[in-house]
Amino acid sequence: MSARPAPALTTPRSVKDLGMGEAGTICCLKDPEMALKLLEMGCIPGTRIRLNSRAPLGCPITVMVGDGEDYTLSLRVTEAATILLKE
Amino acid sequence: MASVDLITSRAGTAVAAAALETAAGRQPGAITRIALIGNPNSGKSSLFNQLTGLNQKVGNFPGVTVDRKTGVAQITPGMRAEIIDLPGTYSLYPKSLDEKVITDLLYDKTSQQYPDFVVITADASNLRRNLLLFTQLADLGLPAVLALNMMDVAEQHGVKIDIQALQRELGVPVIPMNARKGIGVAALKIVMAQQLDAPAVQFYAPDEALLPMIRQIRYYFNLHNDYLALHYAHQYRQISFLSADDKAYIGELVEQYGFEPTPRQAQETIDRYARINDILLDTVSVTRTERKEPYSNRLDRVLTHRVWGYLIFFGVLFLMFQAVFAWASYPMDLIDEGIAFINSLIQTNFDGPLINLLTEGVLAGLGGVLMFVPQIALLFAFIAVLEETGYMARVTFMMDKIMRKFGLNGKSVVPLISGVACAVPAIMSARTIENWKDRIITIFVTPLMSCSARIPIYTVLIGLVVPDEPVLGIFNLRGIALMGLYLLGFFAAIFSALAMKLLLKTKERSYFIMEFPVYRWPRWKNVGITIVEKVKTFVFQAGKVIVAISVILWVLASFGPGDTLEKAEAQVRQQAVAQGTPAAEADMQVAAIRLENSYAGVFGRALEPGIRPLGFDWKIGIALLTSFAAREVFVGTISTIYSVGQDADMRTVQQKLALAKDVNGQPFFTTARSASLLVFYVFAMQCMSTLATTYRETKGWKWPLLQMFYMTGLAYFSALLVYQVLK
Repeated sequence: MSARPAPALTTPRSVKDLGMGEAGTICCLKDPEMALKLLEMGCIPGTRIRLNSRAPLGCPITVMVGDGEDYTLSLRVTEAATILLKE
Repeated sequence: MASVDLITSRAGTAVAAAALETAAGRQPGAITRIALIGNPNSGKSSLFNQLTGLNQKVGNFPGVTVDRKTGVAQITPGMRAEIIDLPGTYSLYPKSLDEKVITDLLYDKTSQQYPDFVVITADASNLRRNLLLFTQLADLGLPAVLALNMMDVAEQHGVKIDIQALQRELGVPVIPMNARKGIGVAALKIVMAQQLDAPAVQFYAPDEALLPMIRQIRYYFNLHNDYLALHYAHQYRQISFLSADDKAYIGELVEQYGFEPTPRQAQETIDRYARINDILLDTVSVTRTERKEPYSNRLDRVLTHRVWGYLIFFGVLFLMFQAVFAWASYPMDLIDEGIAFINSLIQTNFDGPLINLLTEGVLAGLGGVLMFVPQIALLFAFIAVLEETGYMARVTFMMDKIMRKFGLNGKSVVPLISGVACAVPAIMSARTIENWKDRIITIFVTPLMSCSARIPIYTVLIGLVVPDEPVLGIFNLRGIALMGLYLLGFFAAIFSALAMKLLLKTKERSYFIMEFPVYRWPRWKNVGITIVEKVKTFVFQAGKVIVAISVILWVLASFGPGDTLEKAEAQVRQQAVAQGTPAAEADMQVAAIRLENSYAGVFGRALEPGIRPLGFDWKIGIALLTSFAAREVFVGTISTIYSVGQDADMRTVQQKLALAKDVNGQPFFTTARSASLLVFYVFAMQCMSTLATTYRETKGWKWPLLQMFYMTGLAYFSALLVYQVLK
């Protein structure tokens, strides 16, 4: 699951590319090691994720996870870049 | 509210009835051991407080419970149970040292500490993620109860949970609760009084292909189920109770079967979530309430704003320092006067060497300890409130990018700020940092933050050289000088961190994935408990050392090698008689000459050549020596040295120091000397407790020794520089 290759040619969008307040659906997690932590925290493929805020210096960011926006996670931009979104 | 309540009460009575049927089966006398486990911020610590009523810290920042804490709960009038409070975790695969405490406890069934059953707290408003840990624990075969906490929040979010269906699906008793308010605790106790069996439902079965390896591990170690054996295969390197041979055995098997832990663990988590989704589909319904932006988000827009966010943070810090310096002075004066009063009362009514030991040794030292209780109480009150409200998590969020530039981590902010109170709990709180390098650097630089034990030294010396003048009407020049010293310590800490970032090499990556808690009002009872606990620790732990050193110092300052003391005294007396010196002045000369010839004086003189370039003399040498183990001894020592036979009260100390003259008859404590001494104390590692904590946390002498030499060296050369420049 974790190292599923992205569709060729177009670079897939990640949580990093979300605009403020924009939501997407998690497709897969690019980095196997980081994936373990993200999965435990509820970032499962198929889950809705919305960019909620950015820290004053642009990093880290907070995202709201789940259909009901059940909870808020904070993570760094480099970490957000490993969460790929469905087209 | 009504719908949830209805379900709640129905389940409550069903559970109570079941309990009455089976409660009789338990043997009297045997103490039950119950472990409390759950996600961070799932209300686990609140439940612990409700069950045990024991002093324990509850925090909103993920991972405040850094160590395993235990308490005794009265479950029924005839049954008591030992409750073990475990650190918050998201899964049974530990990512930090903090979480390792849990697996160490739950992997070893033969251990004395192994719990009879576990109470798992889950946030009802966020059930999906919280059930992950539950299913793992259930598959370990531990008898379990699910405490479904924060039912009120779930209801606000429009989440309806069918408790009985959930109970059926999970195969364990489920108790709806609101631990903050104590709702549901009685129902939970009724269930806890029963003889619980291992959960009947299995949530995840390891892949068939792994079974040959799992079974070999299982039979070799005589484990009770496959899932535990799988965990051994995943984590054998970190299991502390396995011998090197055991680890080598598992290592060979893992190699032989080509077991790949990372993808297996990821797949397990995904499979578990799939199962949890099925369960929730049948048991939970969500009616969307109207979309309203959470109040936490609205607050965050101000509190983490690029301008207001930092301004507010610095405002909070500044308020903290003003409180410690200005507000604390009133209760401090009272304590000060109280001790002086008792001292004079004893001295006017009794006499003799033992009385001197009591007043000049024990009471002087005790005064030095009690005096700082108000400041320590205020500092910990601030820190406790910041953690309780969830603001601390925002601070780590705002500071992460800056801290990373210096080789630290947003999470390092908590140890660094706590270090302002005391380095010992601060270093322990660094356990929540998953990354080894970030954690070591944080531990290494935390003691450079000015802790509360430095306050007495700062207070005395600032009072000596900085005028008591208002600045801009509201601030005080001394308060600003104090803040300057704190900033000096802070900058030393982050630049030392930067140096270490460049020196230390690691392949491990640094994370910042954490849950953002919602803002909450602090529970004042918890803040109060924290203050009482910290003050008690300071008075009894540090206090013992301070009083003991004060007594030793009194002995060293009162006796000398052979009869040199008596000879010197006789000589001064003769001179005084010959010159017709008044009796009072003669007494002071005698006191000074006795100290100079005492053991303490001998030590100080031996040290003097080394510290003269810093502007220090043998008297300060004595204070440096005695404060080596605990820096807070400095003021006590100085008061003994400069006012033997006087009350050890702070203003007296300041007056005595102001009157001290150098060989030319000029005031000894010049700005240069005081500044040099202040800088020395900002940097010097003078705390045995901190070194012992670093030793324990890094499991070796390398880091505590490096820390000691680095800080002492930094202190020496900075003080040298300051004195030579200002002289």
